[in-house]
Amino acid sequence: MGRYVALRLAQAAGVLWAAYTVSFLVLDLLPGDPVSAMAGAAADQAGVDPAQIARLRSEYGFDDPVPVQYVHYLGRALRGDFGDSVASGRPVTSVIGDALPSTLQLVAAGLALAVLCGGGLALAATYTARRWLRQLLLSLPPLGVSVPTFWAGLMLVEVFSFRARLLPAFGNGGPRGLILPAVTLAIPTGAVVAQVLAKSLLTTLDEPYVQTARAKGAGRPRIHLRHALRNASLPALTVVGVLVGQLIANSVVIETVFSRNGLGRVTASAVSAQDIPLVQGVVVLGSLVFVLVNLIVDLVYPLLDPRIAAAGGRRWRPA
Amino acid sequence: MTGAQETPLLDVAGLTVSYLTRNERVHAVRGADLDVRAGEIVALVGESGSGKSTTAHAVLRLLAPNASIDAGTVRFGGRDLAALSERELRTVRGARIGLVPQDPGVALNPVKRIGEQVAEVLRLHGLATRRTAPAAAVEALERAGMPEPGVRARQYPHELSGGMRQRALIAVAIAAGPQLIVADEPTSALDVTVQRRILDHLQHLTEELGTAVLLVTHDLGVAADRAARIAVMSQGRVVESGPARRIIEDPQDAYTRRLLDSAPSLTAVRARPRPAAPAEPGEPGDVLVTAEHLVKDFPLPRGRTVRAVDDVGLTLHRGRTLALVGESGSGKSTTARMILRLVPPTSGRIVFDGEDVTAATGAALRRLRRRAQLVYQNPYASLDPRFSIGEVITEPLRAFRVGDRASRTARARELLDRVALPAATLERRPAELSGGQRQRVAVARALALEPDLVVCDEPVSALDVSVQAQVLDLLAELQDGTGLAYLFISHDLAVVRQIAHRVAVMRAGRIVETGPTGAIFADPAHDYTRELLAAIPGGDARIGAPGARLLEERT
Repeated sequence: MGRYVALRLAQAAGVLWAAYTVSFLVLDLLPGDPVSAMAGAAADQAGVDPAQIARLRSEYGFDDPVPVQYVHYLGRALRGDFGDSVASGRPVTSVIGDALPSTLQLVAAGLALAVLCGGGLALAATYTARRWLRQLLLSLPPLGVSVPTFWAGLMLVEVFSFRARLLPAFGNGGPRGLILPAVTLAIPTGAVVAQVLAKSLLTTLDEPYVQTARAKGAGRPRIHLRHALRNASLPALTVVGVLVGQLIANSVVIETVFSRNGLGRVTASAVSAQDIPLVQGVVVLGSLVFVLVNLIVDLVYPLLDPRIAAAGGRRWRPA
Repeated sequence: MTGAQETPLLDVAGLTVSYLTRNERVHAVRGADLDVRAGEIVALVGESGSGKSTTAHAVLRLLAPNASIDAGTVRFGGRDLAALSERELRTVRGARIGLVPQDPGVALNPVKRIGEQVAEVLRLHGLATRRTAPAAAVEALERAGMPEPGVRARQYPHELSGGMRQRALIAVAIAAGPQLIVADEPTSALDVTVQRRILDHLQHLTEELGTAVLLVTHDLGVAADRAARIAVMSQGRVVESGPARRIIEDPQDAYTRRLLDSAPSLTAVRARPRPAAPAEPGEPGDVLVTAEHLVKDFPLPRGRTVRAVDDVGLTLHRGRTLALVGESGSGKSTTARMILRLVPPTSGRIVFDGEDVTAATGAALRRLRRRAQLVYQNPYASLDPRFSIGEVITEPLRAFRVGDRASRTARARELLDRVALPAATLERRPAELSGGQRQRVAVARALALEPDLVVCDEPVSALDVSVQAQVLDLLAELQDGTGLAYLFISHDLAVVRQIAHRVAVMRAGRIVETGPTGAIFADPAHDYTRELLAAIPGGDARIGAPGARLLEERT
């Protein structure tokens, strides 16, 4: 078990490093740099002294060779210092820190809704003995996956805010304001969870050990919840881990549609302003969340299925 | 003996079960009649597809969702189980009828502890409280013959051997003290020695508890040893039933006779065509392969290793069959895979036709691949389902760039003819063939490159007994008059007796005894060999001492 945890932690650190490095290289390859972007913006109002630009560039270290810049920035990033935002001049960590709570609320609420509703739908669809009902329920997830997020968001706002006037359409106004964005965010994710879990439950219900349980005299609810669900939840759990990345990405769209302040909007403006330190900080934060969630998923596996801990450090067994 | 007045405990009459497939209704059971009296063991025997498992499951109404009972009654304790509601059935399942399922490897929930799974049946029927259930479960495990039941109860299924898992399932079946146990091929997935111990225990236990058993098996030897009465099923009907002794000694139905003839455990060595005059490629008796001091270690967590094969030496002769016999985990498959160079040996030496191939790489290894082939245990998994049979058989030819398209197809047709399959099989897919036909295809594929050595890894253990006999006959026939050598791996001495010239008995990675087949069977020197011999089912039904019928073994 200790070996299993150590292995997962090492993998998590590796993913973080790779995300930082790749984002650094990609951002370096982009034409221009933040100083010229700033200068370009300033040039509309007044002339900019080329000497001043050069001084700024050397101040930010943009004229050093790329490997030197990389080592310099990586060393600072390891100490938690991602530099200052070029656009606002504030430290990247504090810009992100201000925007983070609102986005975390949104993503957490969306994830919880997706797991509860998607899981519930899968359980209901596999539990019912009525064929038509099962077919109906199982046809919902593909619909949920195929509806574009922004369109679903606009439809929900149209119905619940403008027509029914039940919920606020815009802004960060408290828990009521969270409902529509969270629902919008949860739709595609919940649909995938439902699809994977339903498929996996149907396979599990065909397993011989389910028959053993039936032969003991267990009823359908018990077989479903006590025997099949735990075995069937592993693939769904894996998918949830991967979908967290998608949730974070979707929050950019959602925050734009619902005019919420948050990381999504910070990212969108940082990208358009070529605010490289800020973009880099967002990338590292995104991968950190992703890595953490998947680390949790990996650590939950052995709790759900004792065979995984046993196979953790072992590559193969004698035939 | 028959006691006609006594009401049977279980009385199945006119049972008809069908499966609804995509486009038709398939009748699996067509009016089966069967009865089991209290405390009696009745064996239900037949080949796969005969409807015996469906009948057994219909008793508990544990059928697949697409199956339905169309007609007939299943009377048990005065009620017709076929007409009960699901809720009423739940009070019968587990409490009054227990099930011992077929494959202990997959019949236990992998994420629940053994004790919990045994306790569940007691809790469901109100026979234990949350507090008393754990102790009651340990007690049931102990009665089922589980070693160290207290420790096992806290373990998960994957931490137990197949035999122990089957004991756990028996504990589940007997825990609530049922009047009837339905045992569906309870030991077919286990080694013969384990099979014998488990069946012995099940038999004693049910005698002691007065529980009746409906024992479903494809092996007439097992049925003859264990059951008071035997019912033989074929094509959904019970074609013959009666006292076990009568069925074995004086079968009335043609199908029963055929089943008896093919049961390896009941027949000793049948006459096979003798090897004709030694043919061209190599005199039979020439050494083809020698393996010396083979050792294989597998790594375990924390830097430990397990020695799967420990100082094994073997000699294979051209035109001869050497059987490697032992239980699962004895290292027989690993030994064979080292000889084929599919697994690198930790130490030792392998000489193939005079050439040291222990460390062969590149071209030398490829030459070995061409001359040594493998037939796997499970023909359902060893053929690519997307290939046509023609593609399966010609794949080795394509891999070694032998001939052109036309000549390869001609070769495939010739090979199919040799394994007694019609040429039309070329265009079919593996899924369209039966298990026996698939294994014939696997043999044809192994022979495509005219190898000198074919390793057969349990080639018949996944097949029905009647089909086993056909495949064994085929293997012997293909060897006669050629220099082909077989390394035949099996856990079943009854099968080995029919095909091998020499036998090597393996246990815990070592060869404990080796010698000509006749000598091993007539005069086993090692205790373990004697144990294996005693484990062959059907011992009670065989006439005379086992040695007496060995006069015809291949020499």
